[in-house]
Amino acid sequence: MPKILELKKINKIYGENTKVPTQVLFDIDLSFEESSFNSIIGQSGSGKSTLLNILGTLDKPSNGSVLINQIETSKMKKNQLSNLRNETIGFIFQFHYLLPEFTALENVLMPYQISKRPITKEVLARANELLDLVGLEKVKNNLSINMSGGQQQRTAIARSLMNQPKIILADEPTGNLDSDTTEQIYELLREINKKYKTTFIIITHDRHIAEKADRIIEIKDGRINLDITK
Amino acid sequence: MKLAFSIAKRFLTSGKTQTLMIALGIAIGVSVQVFIGSLISGLQNSLVDKTIGSSSQITVKAAETGNYISDYADKIIVIEGVSTDIEIVSPAVNQSGALVNSESSEPVLARGFDFSRANDIYQFDQKLVEGRLPVSNNEVVLGIDLYNTMALSLNDTVEFQVPLVGTTSFTVVGVYDFNVKQINQTWILTNLDTLQDLLSIGDEVSQIEMQVKDVFAAEELALVVETTLEDSNLTVDNWIAQNAELLSGLQGQSISSLMIQIFVMVSVVLGISSVLAITVLQKSKQIGILKAMGIKDKDASLVFLFEGLILGILGAILGVLFGLGLSYMFTTFAIGADGNPVVPLYIDFGFIALSAGIAVAAATIASLIPARKSSKLSVIEVIRNA
Repeated sequence: MPKILELKKINKIYGENTKVPTQVLFDIDLSFEESSFNSIIGQSGSGKSTLLNILGTLDKPSNGSVLINQIETSKMKKNQLSNLRNETIGFIFQFHYLLPEFTALENVLMPYQISKRPITKEVLARANELLDLVGLEKVKNNLSINMSGGQQQRTAIARSLMNQPKIILADEPTGNLDSDTTEQIYELLREINKKYKTTFIIITHDRHIAEKADRIIEIKDGRINLDITK
Repeated sequence: MKLAFSIAKRFLTSGKTQTLMIALGIAIGVSVQVFIGSLISGLQNSLVDKTIGSSSQITVKAAETGNYISDYADKIIVIEGVSTDIEIVSPAVNQSGALVNSESSEPVLARGFDFSRANDIYQFDQKLVEGRLPVSNNEVVLGIDLYNTMALSLNDTVEFQVPLVGTTSFTVVGVYDFNVKQINQTWILTNLDTLQDLLSIGDEVSQIEMQVKDVFAAEELALVVETTLEDSNLTVDNWIAQNAELLSGLQGQSISSLMIQIFVMVSVVLGISSVLAITVLQKSKQIGILKAMGIKDKDASLVFLFEGLILGILGAILGVLFGLGLSYMFTTFAIGADGNPVVPLYIDFGFIALSAGIAVAAATIASLIPARKSSKLSVIEVIRNA
């Protein structure tokens, strides 16, 4: 399987120019295979969220390189990174981060609109199909603030899939959901992984959930403590 | 562009109260602008109209006192050909003397006019309070103050004495009121022929009077008239040269009006930019997620520029409506004893359009700061602070 994501000797130091710099990641070497389903676990403050943000080009490492689709990202300009994120990466965050001013359907269409391509019938059909997939056909025209937490998270998942990204990065996607909903969301993510061959990298602190992944990576104090592939 | 516009529109419509408040803030600025502007230009126009509206604005005279202008009919044709901005051209003969009856003798200035022309300048017919204008020779119209001082009545005969020239008899056929004591007391109006005969000057006149379309252009036009006539025996005078104080008063008014308008605009700009700066903070989560999804910095800042533009347009429309409403109320309720508005407003649609345009531009410029802020907002900050 080709590698879709690669981290080479990643260090991340916060407050580099201050008297007390804090290093949160130490020489991380990590790579992910295409269409794999990975989980990253670790305690609060272990550096796992920072790692995910670096993987998603939202944050820059202090040194080391990030390769997405075998392309080195450290030298890319801001706009190129924006395009790369728009086309290749879908994000699911713990706090949903939907645009509250827009309906569920509009939120799902947003990544596509950002790419500035015209919304055709096919695109609209795809957005509707994604909403059906996450079980939201009935509430797709509701404003996102009028939906339950679970519904919002499903919308965020549908949105992350809109541009058919190769990679989905999820940071505690079920962090504030009840256990039944959590279970359903993971079933859904697994299903998407199988159906669209999308690579998933999911941060969770729930070992029970993490064990369902193909690969479990544990981060401890900014270093890889454990890396198990089933 | 389209994406940024639709996001901006949605941001604005989702917070309707806030949007309305900002638009109202702009609207009040614009309405003050429109109202003050209309008020001041109305004030100026009525002042100009009252002081020089019924008098000669450019006057051609003989260069030396005591001389007269010959071939005036030809000169009038020449002057009328100078510019279409010269609306009325009228010849006049002036002669001072004394008006005498059995009871008193009053110093007066006899003014001989071609009434068919002069009436367009002085509006004698509207100022006539009794009788009629002169139609044949030796008929005069007196000012109401002189008429009362000399205890005259219509059709009385008075003598007009000019030292070294002679005496002639006039029949009083009418009484005028110019609302200016100086004129009412001294001017007696008759036709050209009467004075030309008395002075034995044939077909010559003392001066040629003019009114122009734009009174503030009188100075330049006077110069053009002078160069066109090209006659060293003539001088050309204009109201601006004669009324320097009035002009500086008018300019003072214009400047103070401009100052008020500038300060109103500055406060509008500051208001909008501070409110929009807060909206960036309010929407930082949204901007952050849009950036994570790949929106470009340029589009992220365009969102706020469009917000400024939409708010500006909305505020300008509301402001013009408020301003016109305020003006209407002013002209309806602030009326003098005669039932006319205290200050007649001058509604200049060009000026209103300019005020609206400035408001839109100001709102857009005011949104530049928040737009920049939005462009600089980093995704990671937003996510970490959530």
